[in-house]
Amino acid sequence: MSKKTLVEATINGETVEFLCEPRQSLLETLRDVLELTGSKEGCLTGDCGACTVLVDGRPVCSCLMLGVEAQGKNIVTVEGLAINGVLHVLQNKFLEHAALQCGICTPGFLISAKSLLDRNPKPTEHEVRYALAGNLCRCTGYDKIVKAVLDAAADIRSQGEGKAAAR
Amino acid sequence: MHAITYEAPTTLDQAVSILKTHGENARPFCGGTDIIIQLRAGVRRTEHLVDVKKIKELQTLSFDAKKGLRLGAAVPCIEISESDVMRRHYPGLTEAAHLIGSLQIQNRASVGGNLCNGSPAADTTPALMALGARARIVGPNGEREVPVEAFVVSPGRTVLKPGELLVELLVPAPAPHSSDAYLRFIPRNEMDIAVVGVGAALTLDGDKVKAARIALGAVAPTPILASKAADALIGMKLDAAALEAAGRAASEACSPIDDMRGTAEFRLHIAAVLTRRVLSIAAERAKKN
Amino acid sequence: MAESTTTRDFKVIGTRPIRPDGVDKVTGRAKFGADYAFPGMLHGKVLRSPHAHAIIKSIKIDKALKLPGVKAIVTSKDLPAAENKLEQSGEMTVNPMHLSMNILAHDKVLYDGHAIAAVAATSPHIAEEALRLIEVEYEVLPPVMTVDAATKPGAPILLKDLRNNEEGDKPTNVAQHYQFKRGDIAAGFKAADYVIEREFNTAMVHQGYIEPHNAVGIYNSDGQATIYCSTQGAFDVRSLSAQVLGMPVGKIKVVPAEIGGGFGGKTTIYLEPLSVLLSKKTGAPVKLVMSRSEVLRASGPTPGSKIKVKMGATKDGKLVAAEIWMAYQAGAFPGSPVAAGALCIIAPYTIENFLIDAYDVVVNRPKTAAYRAPGTTQAAFASETVIDELAEKCGIDPIDFRIKNGVKEGAPQVLGPPFKRIGFIQTCEAIKNSEHYKSKLTGKFRGRGVASGFWFNAGMQSSATVNIHTDGTASVVTGSPDIGGSRASMAMITAEVLGLPVTDVRPITADTDSIGHTDVTAGSRVTFATGMAVYEAAKDAERQLIERAAKVWEKKPDEVEFRGGMLHAKGNGVPPMSIKQLAPRFARTGGPITGRASVNARGVGPGFATTVVDVEVDPDTGKVQLLRCTVAQDAGKAIHPSYVEGQMQGGTAQGIGWALNEEYFYDDNGTLRNSGFLDYRIPTCLDLPMIETIIVEEANPGHPLGVRGVGEVSIVPPVAAVANAIYRAVGVRMTQTPMSPPKLLKAILKHRGATQHSAAAD
Repeated sequence: MSKKTLVEATINGETVEFLCEPRQSLLETLRDVLELTGSKEGCLTGDCGACTVLVDGRPVCSCLMLGVEAQGKNIVTVEGLAINGVLHVLQNKFLEHAALQCGICTPGFLISAKSLLDRNPKPTEHEVRYALAGNLCRCTGYDKIVKAVLDAAADIRSQGEGKAAAR
Repeated sequence: MHAITYEAPTTLDQAVSILKTHGENARPFCGGTDIIIQLRAGVRRTEHLVDVKKIKELQTLSFDAKKGLRLGAAVPCIEISESDVMRRHYPGLTEAAHLIGSLQIQNRASVGGNLCNGSPAADTTPALMALGARARIVGPNGEREVPVEAFVVSPGRTVLKPGELLVELLVPAPAPHSSDAYLRFIPRNEMDIAVVGVGAALTLDGDKVKAARIALGAVAPTPILASKAADALIGMKLDAAALEAAGRAASEACSPIDDMRGTAEFRLHIAAVLTRRVLSIAAERAKKN
Repeated sequence: MAESTTTRDFKVIGTRPIRPDGVDKVTGRAKFGADYAFPGMLHGKVLRSPHAHAIIKSIKIDKALKLPGVKAIVTSKDLPAAENKLEQSGEMTVNPMHLSMNILAHDKVLYDGHAIAAVAATSPHIAEEALRLIEVEYEVLPPVMTVDAATKPGAPILLKDLRNNEEGDKPTNVAQHYQFKRGDIAAGFKAADYVIEREFNTAMVHQGYIEPHNAVGIYNSDGQATIYCSTQGAFDVRSLSAQVLGMPVGKIKVVPAEIGGGFGGKTTIYLEPLSVLLSKKTGAPVKLVMSRSEVLRASGPTPGSKIKVKMGATKDGKLVAAEIWMAYQAGAFPGSPVAAGALCIIAPYTIENFLIDAYDVVVNRPKTAAYRAPGTTQAAFASETVIDELAEKCGIDPIDFRIKNGVKEGAPQVLGPPFKRIGFIQTCEAIKNSEHYKSKLTGKFRGRGVASGFWFNAGMQSSATVNIHTDGTASVVTGSPDIGGSRASMAMITAEVLGLPVTDVRPITADTDSIGHTDVTAGSRVTFATGMAVYEAAKDAERQLIERAAKVWEKKPDEVEFRGGMLHAKGNGVPPMSIKQLAPRFARTGGPITGRASVNARGVGPGFATTVVDVEVDPDTGKVQLLRCTVAQDAGKAIHPSYVEGQMQGGTAQGIGWALNEEYFYDDNGTLRNSGFLDYRIPTCLDLPMIETIIVEEANPGHPLGVRGVGEVSIVPPVAAVANAIYRAVGVRMTQTPMSPPKLLKAILKHRGATQHSAAAD
């Protein structure tokens, strides 16, 4: 048994302290130590994106980051997308567009898509496809996922305009 | 994975001292996108990971029109592709950094890590070689500089000795009328490792080539410089015949293998095709500078 | 068409409600197999063979057992003897001995990745370290990797007991020869003006579900075991695990977790019995999860194949004869879907004379499993390419050629009986009339290709229960794991019958103790067969509602009608009553209402699809880019059109991956060199265009709602469609998959050489 390290991080807005072994990935730590099983393991080689989380606002494969590296970081997982039980617009659009079938890749896609829309609220179809290229889906052929993300972007923009007009 | 230790020093001295203590059993750790996979697969048996991301020198990206670029070994690829300075002065190296894996990988992986991993197929290594970059290394016995083309000695092995650490990459300032480009061939449009990668840097004098460097990846046990192909271009106009000849010469410099990513025959052909294409792109860019 | 169910006035069916399991899946709450954890749970890992073919001389586990944290190790010695016989299990035939040998190698390893031992330890890392301490002594044998290598004289024999139906007591690698014929092929070819003969080779490919196999086993001291796992068939996991473990079926409960894709690959067992064995030895729950590499090396891909097709047509475009030879790689144990491939290869066409020979051949590769329309995509690549060539020879548009020869109601199937109502021609016409097909494709090195496909679809056994709650809402319970949105369909069917809003129906996938036997989610059967059970269970509930209302009204049941979600008393002016109004009276009128049905569904309606793709080829690199893609498929009645489209798009994407880059790449030692998603290249978001869909709804007369099933046939046409498009783009006929850049470039350069040579000679 290798020694455990105490790590303090912000996860989905909460300050969390946990113990983990240096050999445990952030993904293992989230799933096995913190019981946040929304992030999924699909490959453990950074090729499928099912474990994608935001670290300081950037999407990373949590299978290729150590749990101990989370020290002092701000981490957002799929469990942190809905605020007080209100779904994020992307979550709603995925449901409306039937952008998921089995759902195993969905958490990773939502996180990657959020990262895209946080930076670029007006992506082209190509930009959406590029931003999601690190997330594999085997069920949908991506069609409905891309449409859901484009529609979510449109929604966010119109909300933004609404807010601007209200001012 | 076997048990490991993890330390995250904040100074170069600390890092070197930890690395020295553990010798062969320690490795600098940066984005982790290669080494975590290798440790899991049992391909590397390193017991001590020394996280170098908190060391200031390794996180520096600075450009000076005379001195050129200092690129800290731990600067993540995403910072390079989002940097206006990089896009303007080193578009080829920027392209290479932008091609590595997905955005998730680019947020963690660094050009320095790509180099230290020692893969023959690393995307940024041929791009650095084309630019004539040098690697600044510190270790228990002080500092040294190594040209990037001499850094990788065999697949997965580099010139770094136990206790040594790559600090930064030093890239010369681009001369007037020069530019660089990088292209790789992959079967899909994203997420693959280069089947062939070609980086080129050109300086033009009117419509003639004044200086040229061409480097290739995934076509030999280490990334290679195709010096003959590049030298033959000096003083030439980059017309179809010159491109054809350069492509052929670049292909002749290769010694590829058959594997799951492509046959040797295919790689030789693609090396020529990409060399032609990448030279054309670099030339177009150089004309504008 | 008269009284088609598709034109019936449905309220819920045909709409697009939010799927009932959706919120759990977008919030990360949905529990997949690997998400289960129990107090005191141990973690298991499997030791796998590095050799493709070897005799196991000894296994030493003492060192591994001494590693702190290691709790138990099992090998094939811990498995009971299993019989060498054939048994029906779901849609598969199973040989219990071979199944047992695949779970843990007995005396021989038969492929790279073959399981040898399993360890349970306090952490997955310790279990993994323990694997390195198990010492196995092998006598390495030459690997047999292809059909040709397995069938040549003197080939090493994989299974010493294997015999086939033709060679008597001779040891062999050929497990089975199937033959199907009709008419007189010699006469048929004689009547042909054009004959095309080609040989095709396809690579072994994997379903590529993103979720690796997983299982948590809990064995209790009273002899009861529970298995939590992601599977397409909980009842199959139960019966197969019972066979391997030598346990009575009734002593095992299987709880199907959410399943992260299967496509046929999760219809059998790998880790499930190991989790129970390890739990029995340790007294603790044990979880096993495969790595991606293990999934690719050791779960069940679909066979690589060698197929020779000779077909003849008359000048006016009538297909008159087909002669087909096909051999599939079964993997290490018999049971490839070659017979299905043989029955589907010319199924879309009426051909009076044919002879089809099909061979199931064992090779040192993982035992193949079902993959979406098993055996048919390989077959259609061959036949649909030859048909494209014949259409070209005849100077007929490839869609018109298919319409001319395509099967319609009444045409004989390959096995003889006539088709009932089918929609093949309609899929061709839908493509022909599509904006895509009518558009002009311009630009250099671009081409458009079409192809069609057939799949039987399946019926089999399903059970369903519809519970009406005390507030008048309902739950519908089935035993079908939901792999692509079927719970939405089950809720919609229930809601339609009972006149409830779909949000008032909660669909549940139950464990094996909580619902009647239900066969595997496969064969596109869930919406058809389980949907039939749900329809009948809802009808049963409706009948009981009528009885209760009659009681309340003190009338006879035949004086009460159920219409539009309301109970009506015939005759006098009693106001109608809703289920909500009746529900509080259930207790006083006889107790809760539970509608039940179990079916062994007959009336399967086969599926057809036709696909058109536009591609652009880079002639200097051999790389193919998909520009546009449209698929038309006969779904019968589409219950939830969005998820029907989803099946069509997903199958098409898998077909495109199969066409372009997916392949099992073994080296000369029989070691799989691309056992990861880096080099086993499934399409990414950037590789595909939008996939346009046209749902053809030719009602299946064998189903109360006209359902056919939609899960599979869309994967069949794309490989051939891509090949046909490549031909039109650059003039080369590809006869192997994948049509990856190295292979296509080689063909282009050869073609260029040949045309330059012939130009020089002119």
